[in-house]
Amino acid sequence: MTIATIDRVPTAVPTELARGRGGGGPAPKRIVVAYGFWIFILSDIIMFSGLFAAYAVLSGNTARGPTGRELFDLRNVFIETMCLLFSSYTCGLGALSAERRQSGRFLIFAALTFVLGAAFLVIECSEFAGMVARGAGPSRSGFLSSFFTLVGTHGVHVTGGLIWLIYLVAQVVAKGLRAAVLRRLLCWSLFWHALDIVWVGVFTLVYLMGDFR
Amino acid sequence: MDSRDRVFDDRTPGVEHEESTANFLSYTAGLGLAILATIGSFIVSQTNLLWAPGIPVGLIVLAFAQIGVHLVFFLHLGSGPDNTNNILALAFGVLIVFLVITGSVWIIANLNANMMPM
Repeated sequence: MTIATIDRVPTAVPTELARGRGGGGPAPKRIVVAYGFWIFILSDIIMFSGLFAAYAVLSGNTARGPTGRELFDLRNVFIETMCLLFSSYTCGLGALSAERRQSGRFLIFAALTFVLGAAFLVIECSEFAGMVARGAGPSRSGFLSSFFTLVGTHGVHVTGGLIWLIYLVAQVVAKGLRAAVLRRLLCWSLFWHALDIVWVGVFTLVYLMGDFR
Repeated sequence: MDSRDRVFDDRTPGVEHEESTANFLSYTAGLGLAILATIGSFIVSQTNLLWAPGIPVGLIVLAFAQIGVHLVFFLHLGSGPDNTNNILALAFGVLIVFLVITGSVWIIANLNANMMPM
């Protein structure tokens, strides 16, 4: 066989050498864990699709209350978007450092990711508080109910991600970058990137579609 | 060296198998493209660059482009054989998301159109 002498992975891998697809034996634990978590992320996105559908249906039902155009401040939304995007970037660089067992650099990137995610949450909470103070809380109209449910669920996910990040950083400090901790970090970075993908849908459908022209 | 020594594993989303510089470049290129798509959608929604009735379509196209950038550059989903499982799961998820959103919008629009005038 010449496969062993080829440096780069060929495009057509013989089945008998491919682990996890029959001939090559079971897939490594890391692959199985990440694939399972990928399935969870997809199911989470399907849950979000229900909330997106509810918002799309209810966004016109303002019950003579304030509309999106009167309530949304697109400058804030742009800053929020950039916070999440850059935190996704630093999360990716942190994952790279962890792969290479550079725990010092990983901790710096994890701290940056945390600060950017927390900045996103602070802006979102102040936006929500401002809307409730203006009498535009979730009970005002169908539009606002679906808005707070969709955007709030995303915010709860970001909060959960930040708590999970603290827990993982504590594990890296206490246990070091061993295989089990690396698997948990991989799942967390998948979760964080997925939240950014959901946010692309949120800022497009909720904020930009509600406020153009 | 036996050919069995070299085993090809499936990929997982979020893990890059290239060299370290390619890794860093992939994330940075993804960041740049995602920023461009974001700024593009804010410009499209706030100016008269696009013909007004076409603005929602433009925004949807830019959102799909940005989601694609995230999937390829941040989650490292590609078209290689080691990614088949991940892509199949993603395709099924996209199908369900499409059915839920377009189905809901379609059914409720139909109900609204058939409502008795208040």
